[in-house]
Order: sequence, then C-alpha cells, then structure tokens
Amino acid sequence: MIVFVSCIILFLIGLYAIVTKRNLIKIAIGFAFIEYAVNLLFALIGFKRGALAPIITQIDKPHNFVDPIPQALVLTAIVIALGTTALMLTVILRIYNRYKTFDIAEIRKLKG
Amino acid sequence: MIELYLFLIFMLIAAIIAIEIQDLLAAIISLGAVGFSVAIMFIFVHAPDLAIVQIVVEVLTVVIFVAVVLRTTHVDETIGKKLSGTQILSIVFYAFFVILFLTVMIRSLQELPAFGNATMKVAKEYIKLGLPQTGGANIVADVILDFRALDTLGEATVLFTSVIGVAALMRKVGRK
Repeated sequence: MIVFVSCIILFLIGLYAIVTKRNLIKIAIGFAFIEYAVNLLFALIGFKRGALAPIITQIDKPHNFVDPIPQALVLTAIVIALGTTALMLTVILRIYNRYKTFDIAEIRKLKG
Repeated sequence: MIELYLFLIFMLIAAIIAIEIQDLLAAIISLGAVGFSVAIMFIFVHAPDLAIVQIVVEVLTVVIFVAVVLRTTHVDETIGKKLSGTQILSIVFYAFFVILFLTVMIRSLQELPAFGNATMKVAKEYIKLGLPQTGGANIVADVILDFRALDTLGEATVLFTSVIGVAALMRKVGRK
C-alpha cells in the first residue's frame, strides 16, 4: 500500500509542477514525472513475492513468475514517453527562440 | 524489500528538488536521478526488460533536456518572484483536485491486490502458451512482439510521428 501511495505522491508532484510553475522546462519535467509515476505503479502492481523474472529457463519445472502483462504494457509506454518529451522540448526551444523567455506569463503578454 | 523503500524516498526527494531549484541544469540532473532510481526499482520488482529500456530512454531524455537548456538559458527567473493572481488561483484549484483525487484513489487502492500478491488471471494463459506458440523464452517479448504485435506497430507509428514533428520544427531550409 505504501509503495503505491508513494507513486501517487510522485504523480501529484508532477501535476503540481504542470499546474502552478511558470517556467516551461519545469512544466516539461512535471510531465516526465507523471509518466514515471504511472509506469512504476504498473510495474509494482505486477510484483509477486518470491517469484522470478518472466523468462523461461527450465521447461519441466512449474513456472513461478511475476506478472508479465504490466511489464509488456509499460515497455510500450516508456518509449512513447520519450517521443512526447522530445516533441515537447522542440516546441519549447522554438518558443524560446521567438520570445527569449521561458516564463509563460511573459509569453502571454507578448502578442504576435 | 527495505532497499525498495529507500529508493522510493530518494526518488520523492529528488523530484521535489527538481521542481523547486532555481538552476535548470540542476533540475535536469535531479530528473535524471528520479529516472535512474525508477530503473533500479524495476530491477527490484524483477522487470529486467523495463530496466534496460528505462536506462536507455532516461539517458536520451537527459541529453535532450541538456541540449535545450544549453542553447537557451539555465536560470529559472520565475523562482522567488511574488505569486501572481493566476498562480494563487491555480494552487487553490490544485488543492481541490488533490482532495478529490485522493478520495477516489484511496478507494481504488483498496480494490487492488496488496503489494507482492499479483492475481495474474490473464497472465496465466500467456505464460502457458508463450513458449509453445511463439517459441520465445522471454514472456514479455512474446507478448509485445507476437500476441500484441499490432500495439507495438502503433508504438512505432507514434515514435515515427514524433520524429517527423521534431524534424519539421527544427528544420533550417524553407524557414523565413
């Protein structure tokens, strides 16, 4: 229970950065934290005490594995997170080149 | 599992430092600390594939962040300024959301199986059929590359789209 709650705290820290910070880089860091929190929560839910990683080494013995389904889902999500982060940072770089600031309040003031 | 708890505490402290520090390069290093502790925790919960992918992705993420910050500025001027009206409003709304979110989340966490006791209803079939039907010993690789191969195709499409987006935004030729 405590491990799940600390994942949720990381999610809320990321959401705090997105909602209240005015610096664009801090907002991008908040998005990255939310992605980590969800990925870690999935991997922790699939954990089983005393089990092994889901790789078959002996065929004749009964298998005792951790849940492979959340791992397969998260593997896709991690790679997609990299793509979204890269695209977001490129847009942030373009905004900086145009307005010379990361402050979203300043950007809102400058028209055009 | 004491090391897992230690890494969770380390991760949360690094996350708060990354959000509140003034130097953006230090914030990115703290982001890297969070990402690598997530990778180490993947090893603790027996997910070696995830740990490998997370390390590669984390290195790339930190490199991209540092490349952006080195081309621009590494001082966060907004830290230490007085809070504006919009910011106070958003903090109030954030507090409301946290209360709502926690009330819903506590209920759904009680529905989940306790940590360390995964139910594995669906996974039983995949583990049973993984080796005979696909011939792969790694069940995770069997799922993403064979049973759910179309999802992986979608993932590749998303990655390709984002690469096209980055290339279009960073282009020099044809930009006035």
